[in-house]
Amino acid sequence: MKTKIRIATTSLGGCFGCHMSLLDLDERLIPLAELIEFDRSPLTDIEHCTNCDIGLIEGGVCNSENVHVLREFRKNCKILVAVGACAITGGLPAMRNFIPLEECLAESYLRGIGVENAQIPNDLELPLLLDKVRPLHEVVKVDYFLPGCPPSAEVFWTFLNDLIAGREPSLPYECVHYD
Amino acid sequence: MQAFVKNIAEENQYKATHLLRILHAIQAHYHYIPKPAIEQLASLLNIARTQIIGVIEFYSFFHLSPRGRYELLISDSITDHLLGKHALTDYLAIKLNVAVGEVRTDGLVSLDNTSCTGLCDQGPAGLVNGYALPHLDHARIDQISELINQQTPVALWPSQLFQVDDHIIKPGLLLNHPLTPGEALQSTFKRGLVATLAELDTSALRGRGGAGFKTASKWQYCRDEPENQRYVVCNADEGEPGTFKDRVLLNSYAQQVIEGMTVCAAIIGAQQGFLYLRGEYLFLYDKLQQVLVERRQQGLLGNNILNSGLDFDIDICLGAGAYICGEESALIESLEGKMGIPRNRPPYPVTQGYLGKPTVVNNVETFLAAAAIAHLGGDWFASIGTGQSKGTKILSISGDCAKPGIYEYAFGTPIETILNDCGAEELLGVQIGGPSGLFISDLELQRKLAFEDLATGGSFIIFNKHRNLLDIVNNFTRFFAHESCGFCTPCRVGTSLLKNQLAKIIDGHGSAGDVVALEELCVLVKNYSHCGLGQTAANPIISTLARFPELYQSRLKNISYEPGFDLDASLENARQLANRNDAAAHLTQVEQD
Amino acid sequence: MTKTIHIDGNTIPFKEGQTIIEAATAAGIYIPHLCHHPEFTAHGSCKLCTVNVNGRNCSACTFAAMEGQEVLNNSQELKADRQKITQMLFVEGNHFCPSCEKTGNCQLQAVAYHLNMLDSHFPHFYSHRELDASHAEVIIDHNRCIFCTLCVRASDEHDGKAVFAISGRGINKHLIINSESGLLKDTNIEATDLAAHICPTGAILIKHTGYQVPIGERTYDHQHIDQISLAVEQTDEN
Repeated sequence: MKTKIRIATTSLGGCFGCHMSLLDLDERLIPLAELIEFDRSPLTDIEHCTNCDIGLIEGGVCNSENVHVLREFRKNCKILVAVGACAITGGLPAMRNFIPLEECLAESYLRGIGVENAQIPNDLELPLLLDKVRPLHEVVKVDYFLPGCPPSAEVFWTFLNDLIAGREPSLPYECVHYD
Repeated sequence: MQAFVKNIAEENQYKATHLLRILHAIQAHYHYIPKPAIEQLASLLNIARTQIIGVIEFYSFFHLSPRGRYELLISDSITDHLLGKHALTDYLAIKLNVAVGEVRTDGLVSLDNTSCTGLCDQGPAGLVNGYALPHLDHARIDQISELINQQTPVALWPSQLFQVDDHIIKPGLLLNHPLTPGEALQSTFKRGLVATLAELDTSALRGRGGAGFKTASKWQYCRDEPENQRYVVCNADEGEPGTFKDRVLLNSYAQQVIEGMTVCAAIIGAQQGFLYLRGEYLFLYDKLQQVLVERRQQGLLGNNILNSGLDFDIDICLGAGAYICGEESALIESLEGKMGIPRNRPPYPVTQGYLGKPTVVNNVETFLAAAAIAHLGGDWFASIGTGQSKGTKILSISGDCAKPGIYEYAFGTPIETILNDCGAEELLGVQIGGPSGLFISDLELQRKLAFEDLATGGSFIIFNKHRNLLDIVNNFTRFFAHESCGFCTPCRVGTSLLKNQLAKIIDGHGSAGDVVALEELCVLVKNYSHCGLGQTAANPIISTLARFPELYQSRLKNISYEPGFDLDASLENARQLANRNDAAAHLTQVEQD
Repeated sequence: MTKTIHIDGNTIPFKEGQTIIEAATAAGIYIPHLCHHPEFTAHGSCKLCTVNVNGRNCSACTFAAMEGQEVLNNSQELKADRQKITQMLFVEGNHFCPSCEKTGNCQLQAVAYHLNMLDSHFPHFYSHRELDASHAEVIIDHNRCIFCTLCVRASDEHDGKAVFAISGRGINKHLIINSESGLLKDTNIEATDLAAHICPTGAILIKHTGYQVPIGERTYDHQHIDQISLAVEQTDEN
């Protein structure tokens, strides 16, 4: 049997909408499953990447943990793909880039409705926020970009089939959208 | 304030074209342009307030918020840096208790950087309320601080603080033989206008601003336009860092420059001329006005010049800190009281220039040479030089040499000769033609000063082996980003991207692909920009990358990618807010194995 | 005899006084553009319409067609460079397409789609820009302004109101409003003005009209900007 293409996926500063869109492949998931298998992903219980062919990442880089996860993907995936508007531009989370971090945290943890014992969280387990949300390609090298919010199932289908067939991936007009 | 603004507007006949002069007067008086003044001017001049705001925000010397009553600007030219500008500015900031870019809380003094002030042979230099301060050193800064803290009016400061010297080291064909006022005009009228234009053609004089368009053709095209109003403009917006020859020509050869303009007016049929003087040369303004007065008294300007029937007069317009206004169509926009945004060309100024009328715009040195040619003939001039570059070129030499100053050379002179004359030792290279020109290394010293080899508007900056080339390129690249007018996308965005990408490499955050990305960006900005500024903004990088690729490569890390921003620093705010400093509260710049 | 130019090898007729883009549009050839509009004075600032004329790059919207010109419009190099110029516009402003009412009907977005732009390539500036929601009917989101001056020209040349202008220099350029307060509410702009509708991005929008067209039925959901642009601009020219 031919070795399956091994794919890892994750969401950094994202909403998992891109993952949902991947699942929108519906019945096409069945033939796809013949060709691919999942490594680290919300769809599996694998905690860390092993050697993978493709890493699909949605969401921008918002905090220190995102940086670590992104680096783990870059290190272990032959091909790293920024999936969706947030991974490509920072997306909606990056709209906080114009507001000082102090104000963002104060709004949530000090002035928020119903907040008791107001304080900025300082637990050592918590990742710290970067002062700006960044797209993936400003932190590591990214090989491909799949735009969309989310990219449609068709985008995943076209892209993965191109890669699996050994073609240089290209998206037709209908597949390119930013919303 | 109302009476003040009304007066200024009235003195300027309520002309919208006079907007820059009006704003200069208001800025000088209030140290900013107050909002009520904008409203009042809009109605007095009958223009939109947005035009006034646009102009204020476009030019570096106008401000919407108050500067200090003593407004200090320090020249940020590379030549000032070579002379220790950085440390001196720090000293000044401490001495006056004001940060760079700020106004002191009591409003007395503000301090900031400004683009090259054209005093590269006597820097570090600065400006106080627009007036040039050469030769800054600790003693002078002590003195200046004292004068400011005692609130001595600038007009009463010791004159030696403002003493700007010519430093003509090597005069040649033109500088050795200044004309007697009126000589060129008399010869022109005697010979006839058409015959004089033919002499100019014979001389093969080409524009001295750098682009090198044939002067006789320009005048001929303008003369041939079927219009009854034409204009002559002298481009004295000498903004290219490292050039200061026009400062000297206007200080000591102004009669001849203005005579050149008058000859042009006679030939093309213009009644009105403008001398567009860069704002940094405010100290020459009164002196030049005096020259105009004298010439009017001598019958060399005004009505019926030398009884020839020619009516022609000249107005001096002051720029306000915008390098782009050296581009001729941007200069014309500025003359019209607008932002200095280069026009779409064609049409060229010779067909549609000032107020849409045919206009000749020439460099100060071009008019100087044209006057001499009008008197002495074309053959005299064309007898020296090279095949495509006749006559001489006046250079502003600065940087690492024993004798900075003004040098005049026949075209065709090898660079090595020039370097020997001015006493350059341990050479790294020479920036020829300023940041928009070319950097040549010590392996190219047989190259020649000529349009067919090394064309230059006159800037000639020498660097010795102890200088850091990347710092130099960085200074030039930042200059262009600061001076981009912002009209077109490739230059507006591209010059800032170049600045950031270069800084990434210089700061040691570059990796394998970053030099390639830098090169790609250079080509894009060069090929797609609207005007000469954008088309040359990448030259410092392109010309040094071609000669010293290893210098750029040496800054790169041997990894495939590194972020262009400081990752750990971007956690600093969060660390402070959470009061954390544990290991997990930090990030390395790249992944550690 | 009709005068002609050649665009990518095709012979195109032109009338005296036409620019290259006008001749191309009349002949059904699309040249990407954002600041050009057939009804207003050419501006030549976005540089997307750059074509190569006899070996030299020129803005097709300002450069006059002249007999025998050899024009390159569809070369790989021009296409790649136009994509980079578009990417410059995307990183300069803050274009969060998913949260923009103009999405699907946006010319900036549609040009980017047309050029197959998949990422923003350059580092984002994330420059802080304001909103002006002061007016009852019209809103300005400066994050999305690309300084094409179409609103400026429409307000000056069509509406006769001079509501807008571009101020500042270099990367600090910004759109300003012609009222004493600097706010849109204190101008005489109305939702029916052409200036309120002409923005090629979502920088100037009419309030209370967002998201009325469902996804799938928006202007550029299925049709390329080249087809739509030609259809609209050919009508304008006739």
